[in-house]
Amino acid sequence: MKREPPQSIADYGPLFFPAGMLLIFFVVPFGTMIAVSFFQRQEGGFYTPAFVFSNYERFLSAFFGGVLGFSLMLAVTVAICCVVLALPFTYLLSRLSRRLQVIWLVGLLSVLSLSEVIIGFAWSTLLSRTAGLSNLFVKIGLLDQPVALFPSFGAVLTGMVYQALPYTILVLYPAIVRLDPTLMEAARTLGSSPIRAFFNVLVPALRNTIMATLIMVFIFALGSYLLPQILGRPQHWTLSVLITDQAIYQSNMPFAAAMAVFLVLVTLGLVALTLLIGRKGEKA
Amino acid sequence: MSGLVLNNVSKQFGTFTAVDNVHLSVPHGTFVCLLGPSGCGKTTLLRIIAGLEDPTNGTILLDGADITDVPTHRRNLGMVFQSLALFPHLSVGENIAYPLRIRGAAREEQKKRVDELLTLIHLPGYGDRPVSKLSGGQRQRVAIARALALSPKIFLLDEPLSALDAKLREAMQVELRQLQQKLGITTIVVTHDQREAMTMADTVVVMNGGHIRQAAPPIEIYRKPADTFVADFIGSTNLIETKADSSGAATIFGQRVTGLALPAGAQKATISVRPEDVHLTAPGNGAIDGTVTFVRDLGGTIETFVEAGGQQIVAVSTPRERPEVTAGQAVGIVLSPDVCVVLKQ
Repeated sequence: MKREPPQSIADYGPLFFPAGMLLIFFVVPFGTMIAVSFFQRQEGGFYTPAFVFSNYERFLSAFFGGVLGFSLMLAVTVAICCVVLALPFTYLLSRLSRRLQVIWLVGLLSVLSLSEVIIGFAWSTLLSRTAGLSNLFVKIGLLDQPVALFPSFGAVLTGMVYQALPYTILVLYPAIVRLDPTLMEAARTLGSSPIRAFFNVLVPALRNTIMATLIMVFIFALGSYLLPQILGRPQHWTLSVLITDQAIYQSNMPFAAAMAVFLVLVTLGLVALTLLIGRKGEKA
Repeated sequence: MSGLVLNNVSKQFGTFTAVDNVHLSVPHGTFVCLLGPSGCGKTTLLRIIAGLEDPTNGTILLDGADITDVPTHRRNLGMVFQSLALFPHLSVGENIAYPLRIRGAAREEQKKRVDELLTLIHLPGYGDRPVSKLSGGQRQRVAIARALALSPKIFLLDEPLSALDAKLREAMQVELRQLQQKLGITTIVVTHDQREAMTMADTVVVMNGGHIRQAAPPIEIYRKPADTFVADFIGSTNLIETKADSSGAATIFGQRVTGLALPAGAQKATISVRPEDVHLTAPGNGAIDGTVTFVRDLGGTIETFVEAGGQQIVAVSTPRERPEVTAGQAVGIVLSPDVCVVLKQ
């Protein structure tokens, strides 16, 4: 069915409400933030309207560069870990009976209802020396004495993967369920073991979904600022932690805004690059 | 023996029995069609042969070796799925080369075999095209070529032509049969289309309710159906009650039919008479009395509906032997004994 292009302004009617909401709740705040990022900070208080680049200049240092690099690396690692774990899990989930699938999905949804703070403190207990998992390892003879597994990079990664995994599964689930199950069966009749078929049929056939999921988890992980503080050392703090610190504790709104704008630009750039590479790969 | 043998094969899904104690032997190089209505167990049986379902009971032998517990990917078979299951991320050539790649064949060898197969399916030079750019019939051929790439021992097809339009389907049936004869490969096709089965098969296996009702060459299935189900499912037929009279001779609607014999000791039986074997004459003279109710003249064939003994009997004739009858006319029905097939109860 071919639709006619809209003729009059009234035809765009259904778009007015969402467009208005987007304008008020997204474009205006974002515009304000961009404007604030150019404002002049007043020492010990607020800021005055101006057009200065000092906030951005301050950002261009080895320290903030390092933090930005670490934030991006952490988000990419979380995204990759999540997809690597979620893909086989979701595939196996999709082959269970309907009833079991529903039970699993409800369980995953309930993890989403946990707040970041609870996840952070739960993992800090689990990874602690006094009451954590290492005591269990000592019991079964894997370790000689309990050790503190946090604060560390591994602890930050574990907490963030735990938090993002349900999202990853819920994003992958519809695509995997819709995938023609005979593709895997065909691969098996053609001499591929189930595990090989998973890698050379299922993964390539879901290429675009996997790409989109990686980007989604990456952006989700980039915004995390509580878990790195709870489970990590200062060198594991992300740019989001520093933005929070500047905005709330240092009252330096213009600098916080400048960092936020920079983070958004870098993120958009990376996503665009990923899509570009993805498209090139498709043509080849 | 060489070929494929199924012994006592059953498959249960929960309390539902999809395949019930099936015996079937497929000699090497034959073309077998599993034919039946939907839900008769034919696809399940094919999937059991492929190893995609484990039978609840029974064994499967291939050339004398028990393959019941051999996983699908080691069975050396080719299968074409109803959905075709072509890999969307691969080109035509890569799809066909997939099984060769899995076996670690050299690149040149893969290319040579792909070119060979593309020629075989009349699509030379299509290797680099994406699968999505092909027509339905072309995809069909690619799926066939991919399944044949490793020269498998058994070639399985699950309703392979159901997605094609009627004309293309007829052409592909002939092509598939010619291909099978050229390669001499043992082939098993699942279909619900009896025309398809009649066109292609050496042996038609009619299934219903998980059982094999009859397994025989197509013409025998048509001429000598084993039971009511087969007679009714294959082509159209007249199912007529026959009773024994006081002297033990067979009668139809009270009229004695000389030469027709009921099974020993039976008081009554159902016989099947194909419409083209029903002859209409003038009433009397030992013929069964009937009244014409409708004449359907289709040009190529003429179907005459006759009411006799409270039942409708259809006679089909060619224009050459056009019976000059009209609705309401009294006619005599002649059934020669050699066309009356007595069915098992």
